[in-house]
Amino acid sequence: MASPMEQFEVRPIVPLHIGNLDISFTNVSLWMCIVVGAAALLLTASASSRQLVPTRMQSIAEMSYVFVADMIRSAAGTAGLKFFPFVFTLFMFVLFSNVIGLFPLIHPFTVTSHIVVTFSLAIFVFLMVIVVGLARHGLRFFSIFAPNVPLFMLIVLIPIEIVSFLSRPISLSVRLFANMMAGHTMLYVFGTFVIGLATAGGALSALSIAPLIAITGVAALEFLIAFLQAYVFAILTCIYLNDALNLHEHH
Amino acid sequence: MDVEAARYLGAGLATIALIGAGVGIGIIFGNYLAGALRNPGAAQGQFTNLLVGFALCEFTGLLGVVMAFIILFT
Repeated sequence: MASPMEQFEVRPIVPLHIGNLDISFTNVSLWMCIVVGAAALLLTASASSRQLVPTRMQSIAEMSYVFVADMIRSAAGTAGLKFFPFVFTLFMFVLFSNVIGLFPLIHPFTVTSHIVVTFSLAIFVFLMVIVVGLARHGLRFFSIFAPNVPLFMLIVLIPIEIVSFLSRPISLSVRLFANMMAGHTMLYVFGTFVIGLATAGGALSALSIAPLIAITGVAALEFLIAFLQAYVFAILTCIYLNDALNLHEHH
Repeated sequence: MDVEAARYLGAGLATIALIGAGVGIGIIFGNYLAGALRNPGAAQGQFTNLLVGFALCEFTGLLGVVMAFIILFT
């Protein structure tokens, strides 16, 4: 049996080298292009009809727009709506790469199952929060490390707040990557089990219908998780942005 | 002990982290449901907090899974 981790292997399609730097066009790059292309195509094509009574495709685009706008408004207030294009792009990229990775038959590659991809996204969010906070509040931005508590508590709380602030990009990226990797590995392991049982012959083949039904349920659950992780990624970005925009006031 | 055997044992032990994640997720959703049944009007407003709590809780368990994968496949 092949290792369940084989599906995450990065293979170069067009090998490219500049000096010692390996910048090959890999299967990850290919699927990232497909994800961006699919998201852009679906949204532009469905939003271009602009009818008063929306078609089905148009309502998908409008619903996702309203969904993300409501999410930003509830988490970061109206000041956060300036960052709508950023959060919407982030949400759509993560959602499409999660969902496209689950499609059967086309042998997709889930780009978000690689920590280098999710960590790049997370560190970008982290740096942007710092830049936005410093630009908006100057040095007062560092007061997010000091919650409203008595002075002697601050000695304990400030180091904790700093560590929790610095661990944000790690937790943001590892959550998404681990969810995707664990989900795909689980589907692979269960799937191999079902195939092994079905090809065993006799009564065992007849029995394999039960795990087949179970794995169908698990696959459906994976679609829910794919959406949920994209949502969590976007909402945590909004919450971090809220910290930078509004310091201690919550919305 | 054989290194390969120790590896499998270690990976198995690393998944113990999922006990905590399971308990935590159960507490989060259970308490949310209990609160939502008492005051259904306020439930919708706390849905974001529910998912954020779920995500933070799940993260700790997933760290154990990642640890198991690292032990097994590197």
